[in-house]
Amino acid sequence: MSAENKTADNIHNRKIVINPGRLFSSPGNVLTAVILAMGLFITVMRFTKGLGGVTNLDDNYPWGIWISFDLLCGVVLAAGGYATTSAYYLFGLKSFNTAVRPAVTSAFLGYAFVVFALHYDVGQPWRLVYPIFYSPGATSVLYEVGLCVFLYVSVLAVEWSVAAFEWLGWKSIRAVIVRLTIPLTVLGVILSTMHQSSLGALYLIAPSKMHPLWYSSFIPVFFFISSMFAGMSMVIFEGALAHKGLHAEMDEHHLRDADKVVLGFGKAASIVMMGYFFIKLFGLAMDNNWKYLASGYGLWYLVEIFGFVLLPSFMYAIGAREKKTGLIRLAACITVIGVVVNRFNVSLVAFNWQLPPAEKYFPHWMEIGLSIFVVTLIVTAYRVICYYMPVLREHPDYEAH
Amino acid sequence: MDNVFYSLHDFMVCTKSLTYILMGLGVLGLLGYWIFLTGRDDNIRKF
Repeated sequence: MSAENKTADNIHNRKIVINPGRLFSSPGNVLTAVILAMGLFITVMRFTKGLGGVTNLDDNYPWGIWISFDLLCGVVLAAGGYATTSAYYLFGLKSFNTAVRPAVTSAFLGYAFVVFALHYDVGQPWRLVYPIFYSPGATSVLYEVGLCVFLYVSVLAVEWSVAAFEWLGWKSIRAVIVRLTIPLTVLGVILSTMHQSSLGALYLIAPSKMHPLWYSSFIPVFFFISSMFAGMSMVIFEGALAHKGLHAEMDEHHLRDADKVVLGFGKAASIVMMGYFFIKLFGLAMDNNWKYLASGYGLWYLVEIFGFVLLPSFMYAIGAREKKTGLIRLAACITVIGVVVNRFNVSLVAFNWQLPPAEKYFPHWMEIGLSIFVVTLIVTAYRVICYYMPVLREHPDYEAH
Repeated sequence: MDNVFYSLHDFMVCTKSLTYILMGLGVLGLLGYWIFLTGRDDNIRKF
């Protein structure tokens, strides 16, 4: 065996070895350890003291940043899974080949940790299965969200398992799952269409509590369309981060095709964002909400629409036209921030907008700490998976599917 | 824009009219935007 093959073989057959001496070998590892310790402390506090001990939630704000960030942002930013798999498997855009596994991996981790984080809000984890198997509330939008997320996490787990089985060398079960790829992709798109929009539909129940600029009967459409460009932007954004932190784990194919993925998704995100801008405009016109634009809330709304939708849309367009991948990556970063801003606006800023400032919600430090803990867990899990499994590289024993 | 509407019919006529005009402009705008976006792409037509 040549030296080159030997190295390749080692990369694809790494065994899990925990070396305690290296756990605190870098500042990044130490920071991760501190955040994980803080998360464990908050976990103990949450499940011994209840919501009142670790959050600033009250009757006016039963949902805080654990819903706004961990759930709403978590779900929308994990939309890269269905965006990429549908582009590659259903629309036949073969240049996205190298983006599929990283996107599916991050989507799977994103959804899995949405469910994980939901335990902190809901409490009593052993009852999480009740709405699905014991007492389904089939007339509730929240039930539909729960059912879709439950099914979609399962679909993503199966889609992602191909990489795990390649790493484990379980060829026969991998072959079975590869044959299920198209049905799983179709199911993933259907489930995503349903629950991405239903998360917006949850807010249709509170027209009197939400600011008119953010409340609209079209809010499910806004949520779904924004999930499309959020997913594509997240794939570009994650790709840029992976090139910084996980460059050594990438093979030639991934490094060579990275710019094709960026240009392709940049162009798609640009046109979708322009469409989103127009339907937001139609929402304003249908409800005759123009008068609210001349207020503080109106100014913030305009910042969201012009600064975080129209501006990155133009940046994407210019980047795709001129083949400037750096500009597209910057636009992706702004878009990801913009989607987070939008979900916070809908669920917190515009919610209870008529309450006096003293009664407004601001998260407890432990709420923020838990969100940081969850993000750290996702990043750590992603790094571990990419280190061991063929996510950012192809396994030489298997053909791309 | 802050008109007084005396009936739901008035409101719907005003808002829907404006929305339909914006939709027309939106379709034309998106078409122009698509032409701008793909203006420098290679021509891949084989016919």
